[in-house]
Amino acid sequence: MIKSTAKTALLASTLLGATAAMAETTLTIESWRNDDLALWQSQIIPAFEAEHPDINVVFAPSSPAEYNAVLNSKLDAGSAGDLITCRPFDASLALYDAGQLADLSDLSGMDNFSDVAKSAWQTDDGAATFCVPMASVIHGFIYNKEAFDELGLAAPETEAEFFAALDAIQADGNYIPLAMGTNDQWEAATMGYNNIGPNYWNGEEGRLALIAGDQSLTDEQWVAPYRTLARWGAYMGDGYEAQTYPDSQNLFTLGRAAVYPAGSWEISGFNGLADFEMGAFRPPVQNAGDECYISDHTDIALGLNAASPNAEAGRIFLDWVGSSEFASLYANALPGFFSLSNHAVDMEDPLAQEFVSWRGDCHSTIRSTYQILSRGTPNLETETWNASVAAIKGTETPEDAGARLQEGLASWYEPQQ
Amino acid sequence: MQFPRIKWHIVVFLAPAVLVYSAIMIFPLFNTLRLALYTEVDQTRLFVGLENFRTLFGDPLWSDAFWNALWNNMVFFVVHMLVQNPVGILLAALLSHPKLRMAAFYRTAIFIPTILSFVIVGFAWKLILSPLWGIAPDLLDVVGLKSLFQPWLGREGTALLTLSLISVWQFVGIPMMLTYAALLSIPDEILEAGECDGITGFSAFWKIKLPLILPSIGIISVLTFVANFNAFDLIYTTQGALAGPDFSTDILGTMMYRTFFGFQLQLGDPHMGSAIASGMFAVILIGVCVYLFGIQTRLRRYQF
Repeated sequence: MIKSTAKTALLASTLLGATAAMAETTLTIESWRNDDLALWQSQIIPAFEAEHPDINVVFAPSSPAEYNAVLNSKLDAGSAGDLITCRPFDASLALYDAGQLADLSDLSGMDNFSDVAKSAWQTDDGAATFCVPMASVIHGFIYNKEAFDELGLAAPETEAEFFAALDAIQADGNYIPLAMGTNDQWEAATMGYNNIGPNYWNGEEGRLALIAGDQSLTDEQWVAPYRTLARWGAYMGDGYEAQTYPDSQNLFTLGRAAVYPAGSWEISGFNGLADFEMGAFRPPVQNAGDECYISDHTDIALGLNAASPNAEAGRIFLDWVGSSEFASLYANALPGFFSLSNHAVDMEDPLAQEFVSWRGDCHSTIRSTYQILSRGTPNLETETWNASVAAIKGTETPEDAGARLQEGLASWYEPQQ
Repeated sequence: MQFPRIKWHIVVFLAPAVLVYSAIMIFPLFNTLRLALYTEVDQTRLFVGLENFRTLFGDPLWSDAFWNALWNNMVFFVVHMLVQNPVGILLAALLSHPKLRMAAFYRTAIFIPTILSFVIVGFAWKLILSPLWGIAPDLLDVVGLKSLFQPWLGREGTALLTLSLISVWQFVGIPMMLTYAALLSIPDEILEAGECDGITGFSAFWKIKLPLILPSIGIISVLTFVANFNAFDLIYTTQGALAGPDFSTDILGTMMYRTFFGFQLQLGDPHMGSAIASGMFAVILIGVCVYLFGIQTRLRRYQF
C-alpha cells in the first residue's frame, strides 16, 4: 500500500514536471564566441529570463575556426540551435539564400538599427534583413599615453601631425614608433588600409560608388592610402617583415612601442596586459577640420534558424536583442564591441568611450571589401592584404597595386567591367 | 579438370587491411577525382567535365597561382634532395664508423625532430628566428655577425629557402636511418676483400659502400619526392594559409587548402579544390612512374 502510494506520488511528480517543462521553451544559441560563454551565462541570459520566465536560453558556442563548418553541417542535418550567430555578409547571405535563416525584416526590434548597421545581414537589394545586428568594431590607433607625455606629444589629428609624432618618437629612440608587422598580412589591410582609407574615399560615398562601378580602384582616393602606408614601413620595428600579430600586441603592451594601429576588439585584452595608461586617436585627416570618416565595422549579429520549432520564442529573444537593455549589457561586458543600435549606451571603459565618441564626430562606414566585392575569384579582400603589405614593404608601387586589384575585380565583377 | 581451391585464409587475412585501406584511402582518392568534374550552381551540383581543369590551366588567375605553387614545390624538393639526403648519408656514414663513440646518442638526437609535430617545429623555429624575441639575432650578435641577420621568414627572397631548411632539419633523420641500416647490412667480408686490394677509408666508401646502398638512396629519393609534394603542415603553421610573403612560400598543398576550404571572405570551392588535388596527384604519379620505370629498373642489385 505504502509502496503504491509512493509510486503514484513519483508518477504524479514526473507528470507535473513534464507539464511544467512543456510550458517552458528552450532556445539554443549557436555561436563562435566561446570567449563570451561566462558573460552570457552570468549576465545576459539571467537578465532575459527574469523578464521571460517561460523561456529557457542555452548558449552553446563552438570554436571560432570551426564555426562555419560545424554550423553548416548542423543546419544540413537539422540539428542546429534555434538562434544562429551570424557572420557578416556572404557567409550568412548564403545561409539565407539556402532557406536556412528566417527573414526578420518585420521584427519590431529592427527599427532600432540604421541601414548601415543592417547592411551586413541584408540581401543585396536590401529587401530582406535576416539577422539582428549585435555589435561592431571601430578602427583607430591606440597609443601609449606615458610615452607621448614623456616626449611632449599630443594625439595627432592630421596626417602631418601623425608623421611628425612618429618622427619625434623615432628620433628619441626609446620606443618603436609603430607596432605592426607584415608577417600575418591581414593587419596591414584591416588595421592599415581600411583604417586610414575611409578618410580618402569619404566612407560610404566611395564604398558604394565602388560597388556601383562609378569609381575604380585605380582612382586617386583608392590608391592614396597605399601611398601613405608606404611611409609606415620606416617607423615599424626592425625585422617587421617577420613580425606576427601576437608579436605586435606584445610589443605594445610591454611598453616597447608607442602607437598601435588597432581595432577596438583589442581593448579588453590590452586593459589586462598593459600597465601604462592608454589613449586612442582616430585615423588622421589631411587638413585640420576636414570631415572625418571611421571604419565602424559590422561584425556580429543574431538570426533565427528557419527550421526552428520555437520560432515564436526566438522572435521574442531577438526583439530583446534589439532593446537598449541588451545593448548596454553587451557593450559593458565586452568593451570594444559596440552596440549597433540607435540607443544611447553608457560605457564605463574610458578607452571604449573614446572609440565610440568618434561616431558623434565622424561618418561611419564599413570595410570597403566586405560587401559584395569579395564574392569572386580573385578575392578582393585577400588581394588587399597582399597589396597593403607590398605597399608597406615597398615591393610594389601604389599605382601598380591599384591597377592589379582593379584588373582582378573587373575580371568577375560586372559593374567594374 | 580440377579448379584450384580458393585459399580462404588468404582472403580472411587480407580483408581487414583491404577494407580499411579502401574505405579511407582508395574511395576518397577516386571521389576527389570525381568531385573535380563537377561544379555548384545555385545549391545544386552540376557535371561540367573537364571545365575546372580548363579554368585551372587556362585562366591566368588560376594558372599563375598553380605554376607558382608547383615551382615553389620543385624548389622545396630540390633543396631536400641537395641538402637533406646528402647530409643524411654523410651522417649515416659517420655513425657507422666503428670508432665513433656515443653513436647511439647522436643517432637518437638527430632522429628526434622527425617524431615532433609540425606545429611544434614550426612554432619553435619561428621563435628562434623572430627578429623581436628570437635567439638567432642574439647568437649572431655574440660572434659579431649581427649585420648578417635578416627577418628571413618575412622576406620574399628567403622565406621558401628558410622553410625548406627547417624541414630538412626536421627530417634529416629519415635518410640517415635508412642509409645507416643499409650500411650495416654490408658484409664485412666485402670490405675486407677491398682492403686486401688496397681500397680503404674514403675510397672504400665511394667504391664499395655507395654503390651497394644506391637502391636505398633511390627509395629515399622517392619518399622525399612524395612527402615534399604532399607537404602542407609546415608552411601552414608558420606562414598561414596565405603562404606569405606574397605567395612566395605557396605550395600545392596550401593552394589546395585555401581553395577547397575557403579563406577569410573567400567561400570554399570543393570542386576547384579537388581539381588542384587531382593536379597534385598527377604530379606525384608521374614523378613516381619516372622513378619506377626510368631508374629503379636500371639499378644494379647485388646479392650477398
